[in-house]
Amino acid sequence: MKLRIDSTRCQGYGECLPPAPGLIDLDEWGYAWLLVVDLTDDQESAARAAVDACPNDALRLER
Amino acid sequence: MTLTVIHAPSGGPTPVLGPNPDRVENLACYLARGGYRAELPPEELLARVEAAELRGHGGAGFPTAVKLRAVRDGAGTPVVVANGEEGEPGSVKDRWLLRARPHLVLDGLVQAARITGADRAYVYLSDAAAERSVHEALTERDPGLPVELVRTEPAYVAGEESAVVRRIDGGPALPTAKPPRVFERGVGGAPTLVANVETLARLALLAAAHDATESVLLTLSGGRDAPVLTEQRYGVTLRQLAFLQGTVEPKAVLMGGLFGGLLPSTALELPLDRARLAEAGTGLGCGAIRFLAPGECPVSVATDAVDHLAVESSRQCGVCVSGTRALRDTLVALAEGRCDADGVANLARWAQGLPGRGACGLLDAAARLAGTLLNGFPELVAAHRSEPCPACAATPPDAGRRLRVHVPAPLSAPDRAGDSSRPTQPQPQPHPQPQPAPACVG
Repeated sequence: MKLRIDSTRCQGYGECLPPAPGLIDLDEWGYAWLLVVDLTDDQESAARAAVDACPNDALRLER
Repeated sequence: MTLTVIHAPSGGPTPVLGPNPDRVENLACYLARGGYRAELPPEELLARVEAAELRGHGGAGFPTAVKLRAVRDGAGTPVVVANGEEGEPGSVKDRWLLRARPHLVLDGLVQAARITGADRAYVYLSDAAAERSVHEALTERDPGLPVELVRTEPAYVAGEESAVVRRIDGGPALPTAKPPRVFERGVGGAPTLVANVETLARLALLAAAHDATESVLLTLSGGRDAPVLTEQRYGVTLRQLAFLQGTVEPKAVLMGGLFGGLLPSTALELPLDRARLAEAGTGLGCGAIRFLAPGECPVSVATDAVDHLAVESSRQCGVCVSGTRALRDTLVALAEGRCDADGVANLARWAQGLPGRGACGLLDAAARLAGTLLNGFPELVAAHRSEPCPACAATPPDAGRRLRVHVPAPLSAPDRAGDSSRPTQPQPQPHPQPQPAPACVG
């Protein structure tokens, strides 16, 4: 699975960070950036939690 | 703005510039030069495109055959788009091409439709003179499939392929996040070829068995002397191009529009060769090259260019709004002699971390300008930290206005055919023949 971000949708809420600290970081302006794109199997549940946490649907998982 | 000079090197080859680049090429001239050939089966034409290693001339330089095949093999009936929206302030070649040789572009569009199996086509542009020229060409000859002209407002990002698709679909000309790429899901959801107009011109030349991939259209500009629109053989060095433009000892080179960053004068021996330029961390982009005259300062030019990008950000991605602004403000501080070590460290960090973060490449271009300034001109950057630079003070950032180049206006061929009775929207004909053919005067 791949983790994707739509930068046009990221508003910098930061809600994705707590569920997936090793996968996502926030830059100095608060916008999310991906530390990992190609997910291993054991990273998938954290990534899914981050996707679900985003109030603006900026993150998604892709096969 | 100084008028742009068109230069055709005597040794050639100049297949896209053509024999008479100062005039609009009418249908009779284009047919006389072997245009609109359809005898080659699509699969063979595609093989020829692949063998000739045709690449995109809009900026990314992607292999055209790969793109054509992906669109052809996509799900649904493809759509083809001639992209004539030239957002780079230092480039004029696409608008010149549409104004002067509309049939060459339309021929390429038709050939692209043959290869991909597309059943409709678009010409996408913002230049009013180019639109008139293409419209006139479409009334001269029915292209054999529906071709719609779509006008957009000029903007830096308006020619980015997802922005093109969004505009054609009735939305704003703003980029969208990828994937999907437009070859997968483009206009109306169909697999879509968005091809730069010069790329299509070269595709048409390949269909007519011309040597189409030995050369490249270039817009050369400098601190002084007139800008030059030319077609040059790959392999020519940047120094030779600077000499041609009239900037004999350039202090720096702004490459690939705003996408190739700033190169120091040690790069002048680089040949115009995609692999060699990539090795040197730069690129040909859309073929726009600006040479900095001895009196100009690379810090000032980088600041002006990034200021342009900050203004042109479509403000969709938060990271682009914040990132281009931070880059611009820090470069302005550097130009004004009030940037500290943290500021320079931030520029280096952003140059590394910001590329790839936006939905389109605008932020990447801004980051590369900052990064190449730091890498190519370390002593100059250090000097700017300690005291204000007089050249920078004389040329404060002006949203890239100094980078703009005047588009050549080819003369219209006089209407000798007396064909005013022709309908403006001719009925579709499978193989229309122009009757009577107007004289070849362009």
